[in-house]
Amino acid sequence: MSNNPFYDPSLKHRHRSAYMLKLLSRLSILFTLGFLLFFLFDMVRTALPATWQAYVQVEVSYSERAKKFTRTAVPKEYRKVVSRAWLRNIPRQMEEDPGLLGTTQLLWVLADDQVDQYLKGHYHNLKEKEIAFIERLKTENTIKLDWNGVFFNNGDSKIPEYAGIRSAIVGSVLTMLVTMAIAFPIGVMTAVYLEEFAKDNAFTHFIEVNINNLAAIPSILFGLLGLSVFINLFGLPRSTPLVGGMTLALMTLPIIIVSARAALRSVPASIRQAGYGLGLTKLDIVKDHVVPIAMPGILTGSIIGLAQAIGETAPLIIIGMIAFIPDTPQSIVEAATVLPAQVFTWAGMPERAYVEKTAAGIIVILVILISLNATAIYLRKKYETKW
Amino acid sequence: MKKLFFAFFVLLLCQPAFAREQIKVVGSSTVYPFSSFVAEEFGSVSRYPTPIVESTGTGGGMKLFCSGNGMNTPDITNASRRIKIKELELCQRNGVSNISEVMFGYDGIVIAQNVDKDPIELTVRDLLLALAKMVPNKSGNGLVENTYEYWDEVNPDLPRRKIKVYGPPVSSGTRDAFEEIVLQYQTEGMKVYRDAGLKGYRLIRTDGLYIPSGENDNLIVQKLTKDKDAFGIFGYSFLAENSDIISGININGYKPTSENIASKKYPISRSLFIYVKNDHIKEVPAMEEFLAMFLDPAIIGEEGLLTEIGLIPMDEGRIDAAMERVDSKESITLDELKLALRDLE
Repeated sequence: MSNNPFYDPSLKHRHRSAYMLKLLSRLSILFTLGFLLFFLFDMVRTALPATWQAYVQVEVSYSERAKKFTRTAVPKEYRKVVSRAWLRNIPRQMEEDPGLLGTTQLLWVLADDQVDQYLKGHYHNLKEKEIAFIERLKTENTIKLDWNGVFFNNGDSKIPEYAGIRSAIVGSVLTMLVTMAIAFPIGVMTAVYLEEFAKDNAFTHFIEVNINNLAAIPSILFGLLGLSVFINLFGLPRSTPLVGGMTLALMTLPIIIVSARAALRSVPASIRQAGYGLGLTKLDIVKDHVVPIAMPGILTGSIIGLAQAIGETAPLIIIGMIAFIPDTPQSIVEAATVLPAQVFTWAGMPERAYVEKTAAGIIVILVILISLNATAIYLRKKYETKW
Repeated sequence: MKKLFFAFFVLLLCQPAFAREQIKVVGSSTVYPFSSFVAEEFGSVSRYPTPIVESTGTGGGMKLFCSGNGMNTPDITNASRRIKIKELELCQRNGVSNISEVMFGYDGIVIAQNVDKDPIELTVRDLLLALAKMVPNKSGNGLVENTYEYWDEVNPDLPRRKIKVYGPPVSSGTRDAFEEIVLQYQTEGMKVYRDAGLKGYRLIRTDGLYIPSGENDNLIVQKLTKDKDAFGIFGYSFLAENSDIISGININGYKPTSENIASKKYPISRSLFIYVKNDHIKEVPAMEEFLAMFLDPAIIGEEGLLTEIGLIPMDEGRIDAAMERVDSKESITLDELKLALRDLE
């Protein structure tokens, strides 16, 4: 072997190093995957009970007395079992349907959160007498766990069984509409100007550096900016999707600009030159050729920016969107909260029934983020042109 | 489209001038669960929209509340302590001069441990010696840096357990109250601290045995399930909701129960307040109804709904007094506040 002129005594060692490197990188991937799987598993496991909600069958008597003292609408032993939030709505039900007055109806109604937690085998603070009563209802089949529609149809509530995520979803959608309506056109126009029209001088370099810097600024600073400019200076209403969306737009802008510029840059110069050769103006070339070709890239970047904005909470604390707002907002100037803010609020609640709600809220956010990112990948794969 | 935008902006600009339907509440994160509970009740029972309740912390709430009298400012602020003289002065400088102060109940601060551990009895003095940054030396004639590591060093009657306490961070109102009641009230009466020029000393040790654990009390509860040797400090409602995994510790011989906290036998408790901007009542007609509902004995009374989520109720006389304060729209004055603070000392 030593006669072989190509024999390198360190070869074995070098191969081993290469192998080690491969092993290490595999380990790090496994490590990340492990964390991710653990997180997902834990979340899904905690969130799963939230898909079910306890309902109880009870005779509801719609009397004049029940309108005033709603607790008297159900038999006495049911008063701890039926949700107070449902009872509270009795006068409203009677107002909407005056024919109810004086009737007695056998209804499946929402059960109290303690009952719900008991049926799910979680911690509860029911007394023995109440447990015995629930066990009796169980044998009579007049209490059940059913699909938790409440979670998707209601806004936040301090009564755990009545709490839902709807107002937060609508708030998030409204906020994102405002964000995109502002950030997308401004971002794309800025990118088009910088890539296609601007001269390459110190000033444009200065702008470029600033945009890249903006992308790295902690998001809470944008919240402070939103507070002092939009709320204090312009006098726009606090806690609204309008202000929230504008603030998040500032945060999303640099991401859109940077990705849109990259997309525009990847359009080959030959396209532009062919356009000039045919006598097109700069406007024609940009409008009809460069931007459409770059669109998949621009959209991908914008969607990623949007996904980041959806998960953002810190700047919204400062402009008052982390608040108790159970009513679903109807417009962008009404007070609203957003999905991550809702999760944050629930995580701090003392009642144990909120644990599963918190996890379910996180799952909703994850599903939205995954579908957004999947759309981005789909768009890129489908419309991307290779040169 | 252009017209639409124009109309939209005109609408925006006009908004502050109109009377407002929706009440705006800010303030303490301790009071937040209670006031948002009432807000929800109010939203579902009255014809007005549900009030917005923001949890900004007592100090943050005061800042917003006192920033002016305009319709963009909050109508009510929650506080887990009384308004400070400085804050009231700020209010008055900004023209917010007619404020009602309403006390509506108590909150207990509990020390708890893992439910598996043997029960232990502490006194506020034990807590002072275990948690203050400077403590009296062995002979009691001077102050030294706190070096106690085990509870039996603090008080020979206690078991040999490591001192390890998870509690709220500096920004928290709970921490404020804890420092005041456990440290300040005691050190004010102790000669050693007075002699050292540290009358009313209230600093908690920072050598790692007291562990600041974030504003979220659920986190502290979770830590106690894992770390069985440790103690945790948090609001009473979290003890009530988690009695399967943690147990409260008797202080000065009294269990942290609703009755003991209300009767002040359990020593670590504080009063909860709301501050009302009376100048807004005209423009925000919902306020009067909201306050009437809030102070109803069915809400804050002994059998009231808020007791279910951990409020320690006041006696009826005090509830009546609170209602009267709201009805009379009587403003709190600087002199009154200064007088009350002097009484405390």
